[in-house]
Amino acid sequence: MAGAMRKQVELMGSIERVAAQVFVRGGVLPWFLVFAIIIFTFATESFMTGQNFMLVARQATYLVMVAMAQMVVLLTAGLDLSVGVIFAIVSVISSMVMVDHFNASGKEAVWGSIILGSLAGLGAGLIVGAINGVGVAVFRVPPFIMTLAMSTIVFGIALTITGGTPIYGMPEEFAGVFGYGSALGVPVPIWITIGFVVITYVLLAWTRMGRYFYALGGNLKASMLSGISTRYYLFMAYVVCAAITTVSALMLTARLESGESNIGSDYPLNSIAACAIGGVSLFGGTGRLANVVLGAIFIILVQNGMNLMRIGSYQQMIVVGILLVLAVIADNYRQKVLLTLRD
Amino acid sequence: MAMVSDDVGSPEPKGSGAPVLLRLEAISKQFPGTLALDQVNFDVRPGEVHVLFGENGAGKSTMIQIIAGVHRPSGGRIFFKDEPISISSVHHARALGISAVFQEFSLVPQLSIEDNLFLGSEVHKGPLLDKVGLRRQAREVLDRLGFDLKPRDLVMYLSRAQQQMVEIAKAFRTKPSVMIFDEPTASLTERETDRLFALIEQIKKEGIGIIYITHRMNEIKRIGDRITVLRDGKFVATIGVEEASDQRLVELMTGRVIDQVFPAVHFAPKDNLLQIENLSTADGGVRDVSINVRAGEIVGLAGLVGSGKSQIGRACFGLEKISAGRISFNGQVVYEVRKTNKLGPRRMLDRGLYYLPSDRRQEGLVMMQNVRENIALSSLWLRTFSNGFFLRRANERTVVKDLVRRLDLDPPNVERALEHFSGGNQQKVLVGKSLARDVKLFIFDEPTVGVDVGARVHIYNFIKTLCEAGAGILLISSDLPEILHLTNRAYVMYRGELRAELPKAEISEQAVLGHFFEKQTV
Repeated sequence: MAGAMRKQVELMGSIERVAAQVFVRGGVLPWFLVFAIIIFTFATESFMTGQNFMLVARQATYLVMVAMAQMVVLLTAGLDLSVGVIFAIVSVISSMVMVDHFNASGKEAVWGSIILGSLAGLGAGLIVGAINGVGVAVFRVPPFIMTLAMSTIVFGIALTITGGTPIYGMPEEFAGVFGYGSALGVPVPIWITIGFVVITYVLLAWTRMGRYFYALGGNLKASMLSGISTRYYLFMAYVVCAAITTVSALMLTARLESGESNIGSDYPLNSIAACAIGGVSLFGGTGRLANVVLGAIFIILVQNGMNLMRIGSYQQMIVVGILLVLAVIADNYRQKVLLTLRD
Repeated sequence: MAMVSDDVGSPEPKGSGAPVLLRLEAISKQFPGTLALDQVNFDVRPGEVHVLFGENGAGKSTMIQIIAGVHRPSGGRIFFKDEPISISSVHHARALGISAVFQEFSLVPQLSIEDNLFLGSEVHKGPLLDKVGLRRQAREVLDRLGFDLKPRDLVMYLSRAQQQMVEIAKAFRTKPSVMIFDEPTASLTERETDRLFALIEQIKKEGIGIIYITHRMNEIKRIGDRITVLRDGKFVATIGVEEASDQRLVELMTGRVIDQVFPAVHFAPKDNLLQIENLSTADGGVRDVSINVRAGEIVGLAGLVGSGKSQIGRACFGLEKISAGRISFNGQVVYEVRKTNKLGPRRMLDRGLYYLPSDRRQEGLVMMQNVRENIALSSLWLRTFSNGFFLRRANERTVVKDLVRRLDLDPPNVERALEHFSGGNQQKVLVGKSLARDVKLFIFDEPTVGVDVGARVHIYNFIKTLCEAGAGILLISSDLPEILHLTNRAYVMYRGELRAELPKAEISEQAVLGHFFEKQTV
């Protein structure tokens, strides 16, 4: 009897320990996800269906991409508020070039137009990233100011070019493949995003550049004294961020079948939120890619679940804000536990 | 009065019948995982300077933090003027008359001197600040201390020494009966130090009891009355200043005889590696200095903080703006004013010169990254660690694991974040960074700052091994015993200029110290 009691106590103890370990190692995010899934499963009938999960995955692709891009910059103790207008300028430039070339070829050169348009969009995105990079790395403008300024400048340019109206007339194949296409039963945007998750993982964990991003954000001076060209890699962080964001912007343009200036306005905040929920330090140097991907998926999942529960979008904004603060508070607590546990 | 030091037969110095201001009886402090203080006894009398002496990590800081109300003790009793008390907060300690001047300044740089002096206890007139009264009171405090400071100046524009004056004025404002100084001279020049010591003499006369923390032996003799030595959180002894020889202090502090700390190095000087000719830096911190370092020898570069010795090392790495002179490394001119400039961390690293900075937290290590990432950081572009773009992580692991074994890192876990290691072990990792590559000349800038004896012995042995394997070593240090016992030749810097070059036979404490300070004209 007493033995059984003790065993039960021991079992409880070890469960607690495992829970504490999972919390300390993995952070709050897994708990948030499990909690959200349980609530939505009981509150709605359609949430726990394969169809709905595919929907969440597809909707999450754009934010997952931008969150990864944002993470790269956050690692270096920077910040990119201009990811939103990268969407605007990429969407506008790529669709204009695509439409022009498509029309000029008498609607013959379908793939030529798509490739040319996409490259033009990539060029536009990279230019924004490069200017951010030069401002931050060479002229030492604080990243917040630099990217804030760029977001109004570039948004102004995008609106000037289009006069504020959407651009239509891209080849149908663009939307057909990159917006709505699927391979092996999985939508193309999801494939592309999976590809970029792998590429970003390799970049961060298996290349010098990735290692340097972490080191720069962790201690800029020590990095400099270790012989690293801090200026070059700081610059590159903004370029990489812009490149990943551009791909996301092209996918969204394809999905919407039009070039628009207003498509990215939610991304600066949501991408930073996804990173923060995923445990990336806003002071640089720490962050795990897997958690950032989960963080982005979590935000979309919560929105999806609330849609199914018929919670209005205004109320959703309140919930997402509260969750963000809760995540950071929980993470601070985790750091404290980590300190007391430390071996 | 039977509280401390029966075991060492402390002579009751002047004023021995005087009442004790503050007495600590068997004070302990338990932090998670470590016992920082273990039943320590201590007392302060009016008008004396009681020096608290010990290695970093000996418990000095913990002890004064308990006295100043920052921490609560886990055990033991505190008496203030023979009344048992418990100090609940910094505010409470202040109210009792215990003020501390901490190592880390507690000033707000963007505020003026007067605002800082009264921070947290502003003078009010109704709901508004009484600015006039505040300024008058600030003036009074500064005048009383004889500080030449303008109350309205912003703290951020003051020198380190002036900031320290503000800090002292702040501690003084509440008319304390016990004052604590935590390594106050760490960032002062010797002139500023003289002024501080004169001030301490002055406040001694007012019957204030002073607790003075330091690990510099020469300071003890200048201002100390009694000395209490701590080691590993334990009380070792309380002795009078007249029985405190350097030998005795080192033994009390480290628990070892000097010979056990410093290894005997076999020097075999060969070719000239580093040749600095007539070097001056743009900020004037170094003027017309010429030194050289050969392979197979350890050259000391001694001097006080601010003497320019550190800038010389930094200049060789391309971290200082140079205004005149020439630097050659390994037979090649790497810097000549207006002609050549091939300096810079990456380029010098690739040539075989490694500069290990003195401030490991700010400049040396990425604290949140692990041992493996830190050790590899300055060598990632070498073939061992990457093929240019992709990392060879398996190689990295093997190489770093091997280094960690050689360094005797504790714990030997390469995936542990640096911030979770002790200061000594962090320093070993910093040394490890330089061992991951092929280095001909090491510049060690204060390699044992904030390092306990155990790790210090390891680091000295490492320096010895490197030297005997044929590397050249420039040892920049304010730690006199280090210069005395480890070097083959020593240069002494004084206020940006080279004061002396001492060959092995002439390196003695008197000789080096004699050049540290201003020559007295008698």
